[in-house]
Amino acid sequence: MRYGTRLTTLSLLTAATMTAALALAFFYAPMDADQGFMQKIFYVHVPLAIVALCGFVFGGVMAIQHLRTRDPRYDLRSYVAIHLSLVLGAGVLVTGAIWAKASWGHWWVWDEPTLVSFLIIFLLYATYQPLRFSIEDPERQARYASVFAITAGAFVPLNFVAVRLAQSYTHPRVFATADGGLPPRMQVAFLVSLAAFALLFVTLWRYEMTSKHASAQLRSLRRKLTADGDRGLPARGRSAAPSLPSP
Amino acid sequence: MTDALPDNTGYVAAAYLVVFALVLLYLVIMARKLARLERELVELNELADARVAPERDRTGEEVGAR
Repeated sequence: MRYGTRLTTLSLLTAATMTAALALAFFYAPMDADQGFMQKIFYVHVPLAIVALCGFVFGGVMAIQHLRTRDPRYDLRSYVAIHLSLVLGAGVLVTGAIWAKASWGHWWVWDEPTLVSFLIIFLLYATYQPLRFSIEDPERQARYASVFAITAGAFVPLNFVAVRLAQSYTHPRVFATADGGLPPRMQVAFLVSLAAFALLFVTLWRYEMTSKHASAQLRSLRRKLTADGDRGLPARGRSAAPSLPSP
Repeated sequence: MTDALPDNTGYVAAAYLVVFALVLLYLVIMARKLARLERELVELNELADARVAPERDRTGEEVGAR
């Protein structure tokens, strides 16, 4: 599979959707009666969180495929999705802290289930890279990482449901509130924002997959060009990143 | 819109800048990877040239001998 196919179109679509999302958030969505201008953080914080969580689940799904088929490409897909979701997760934590400071006067509130549960998920996935790095044998590394990705991926929706069932309503809800949720104009801005961040995730995922695939192709080419096979190659050493087999 | 801007505009700007900086950081990492790939490709190209040149010389010598 060639991951670079239609990457330009995807990048342009992402840039256009992101611009539209920003325009809608600042010029179309009405000002929130309670929080005022600072509610605009919602259009970046919440979509980022949803996309990061979906990325973790996607990593789990790819890990299932890896265990079923033993195809290392699925392990790589899972690895890139989790790695990217961690980056977005860091963004969620920082933007959430900024929003908390602006609206509650504190950078962090420990008795708020949504915040703490996201932090738990983030910290759980933060152990993914060290886990991979601690196992030298690539096959065993991929297998253990897949088991981790599936377990942690299943924890994400469970955690979401648990938080929903929690009694605290300090944290603003997105749609499913008793009084009907967001006004239509805010909903439009939010959904476009969500689409923009989802596209950003897919684009960056494809970029990284293209890069890893190109690396594998180059490695294979080097192997073919050097008469003495692997002797021309630098030793791979221990790495957390999976390597694709030579095509 | 500007009439309604409260004091906490800085927080909103900070939140959006964080996301922008993260995406930028990711692009920088990708750019470094791309540069490494280019280096490897140049190296392989030189390796291919080095392999092709002696073969060309040998073919040339054979033609000259005839």
